[in-house]
Amino acid sequence: MKILTLVRQVPDAEARVKINAQNVDLEGATLVIDGMDEYGVEEALRLREGGANVEEIVALAVGPKRVEDALRTALAMGVDRAIHVETDQALDPVALSRVVAQVAQSEGAGLILVGGQEADWDSQALGAATAERLGWPQLTWTNELAVEGDTLTGRHDVDDGNESFRAPLPAVVTTQQGLNEPRYPTLPNIMKAKKKELRKEDLGQYGAQPLVRVVNSEIQTRARLNRMIDGKDPQAAAEQLLDLLRNEAKVLA
Amino acid sequence: MILIVAEHAGGKLAKSTLEMVSAARESGREGPVTVLVLGQGTADVANDAAKYADQVLVADLPQLATYNAEVWAAATAQIAQEGEASTVVIGGSRSGREYAPRVAVKLDAPYLEDVIRLSANGNALQAQRYTYLARVTETVEAEAPVIVVTVKPGSFAPAAPAAAAGEQYDVELDLPAPRVEVTGKSVEKSSRVALTEADVIVTGGRGVGSPENFATYVEGLADRIGAGVGATRAVVDAGWRPYAEQVGQTGKTVQPKAYVALGVSGAVQHLSGMGKSKYIIAINKDAEAPIFKVADYGIVGDVNQIVPALIEAAGKSQ
Repeated sequence: MKILTLVRQVPDAEARVKINAQNVDLEGATLVIDGMDEYGVEEALRLREGGANVEEIVALAVGPKRVEDALRTALAMGVDRAIHVETDQALDPVALSRVVAQVAQSEGAGLILVGGQEADWDSQALGAATAERLGWPQLTWTNELAVEGDTLTGRHDVDDGNESFRAPLPAVVTTQQGLNEPRYPTLPNIMKAKKKELRKEDLGQYGAQPLVRVVNSEIQTRARLNRMIDGKDPQAAAEQLLDLLRNEAKVLA
Repeated sequence: MILIVAEHAGGKLAKSTLEMVSAARESGREGPVTVLVLGQGTADVANDAAKYADQVLVADLPQLATYNAEVWAAATAQIAQEGEASTVVIGGSRSGREYAPRVAVKLDAPYLEDVIRLSANGNALQAQRYTYLARVTETVEAEAPVIVVTVKPGSFAPAAPAAAAGEQYDVELDLPAPRVEVTGKSVEKSSRVALTEADVIVTGGRGVGSPENFATYVEGLADRIGAGVGATRAVVDAGWRPYAEQVGQTGKTVQPKAYVALGVSGAVQHLSGMGKSKYIIAINKDAEAPIFKVADYGIVGDVNQIVPALIEAAGKSQ
């Protein structure tokens, strides 16, 4: 089986987000591989190391030139090769799923791993949309995964708790915290990664037109009261806080 | 029509369904507000939904006894096509956001995900949603004969009943066989109010000190004031609390009237899950903790001393 693992590049969670002319401006921001996707890369490696029949692990990224860095990280972690569909065009997740599905098909992938929610779009749509295009089942919010032959088993979070599941391959799995602890690329592996194949492709052939347009972005900060209460006398502080919650904020009876 | 897929649990219509009705009414999209009820033994849910909608479509079938993404997507897309829906409105729950993209692909429709506001802009539908770990509010727009939307829980006021109850119709569906088999399930059991529906939430972080302290102070205060209990990722990772209680990017997104953070430092990933709360109250030893920057009321002090005083004071005056 071939595993396709999708990698996105997003601003570091601690980075300050700037807006310029109604768009998010990433100029100067620290960009990293999306943590949610990193769980997917790690899981692909662990499935192979755990003895599952994994022929090859391929990382895919779609985006501008800089996205290469995220792919280099995946290569240094241990994936075999990478595909970069290079474009400056912004795609929405449903449009991007068109690219992922076609690459999965041309690569003959049997399992696609995608982060459960991207740290820039705050979207959970990519995995499900990709699965639908391929006619595959999907497992979202996975926190345990095993492959045996053509069967996928594991556990994932659902609305009211979590479920164990069994599903046939091929399938799309979305990954999240708790699934594993992603490894750090070691220096020798970073060096080795430089020699691994990173194939460039053109977006044009995939017919992925976004259907959703971003018309504005703004940072809305809620004005907070920032009222500090002296905590030296716990009793007095507690009573003052309760009084404010009851009589000023009116959030407690 | 505007097609809303009802969310319901335990034979009851969920509050999120009424929020979706409000979103539908505000969207300015064409057609009667139609609620689709998928499930088995759904008569009460359908009767309840009829109070809020122009019409209710009921698929009360054994194949719909338990949720499955592919089955729900097939059912929704089929009804949307037959009824020539202008808009399909789905809940912004974990399951809703799991099958809605499938519906969008089936209908070749634009997908507006987890929206907090909807409005018409000529023939286009405009929506606001959070991005970049909820640090940015984005306005997005789509124009198409049919648009799929998921609605963020807690963002719209629940709808009031309509003047007259809507008609109910049974619908037939051609459903695929589910391929994902559920082999076991553990349900979050809590006697407390659900995090996503709680007016007040008390959350504990690492600064609480230990699992025992968490039970004494965080749960103790929550129970005294009738609040839900939340936890930070650090606390869940440490195994003190179940994942079900986690608030933040990888846990739940909440928007209560009051969010009481005990020993919580306030990492961006945590703020993205609770930063829209109406009032934020923080108690932390570290005066430099980022949580104080977003707090309405803050006490710099030891949770182990302040919270017992709070529990006592809250009990005294009740």
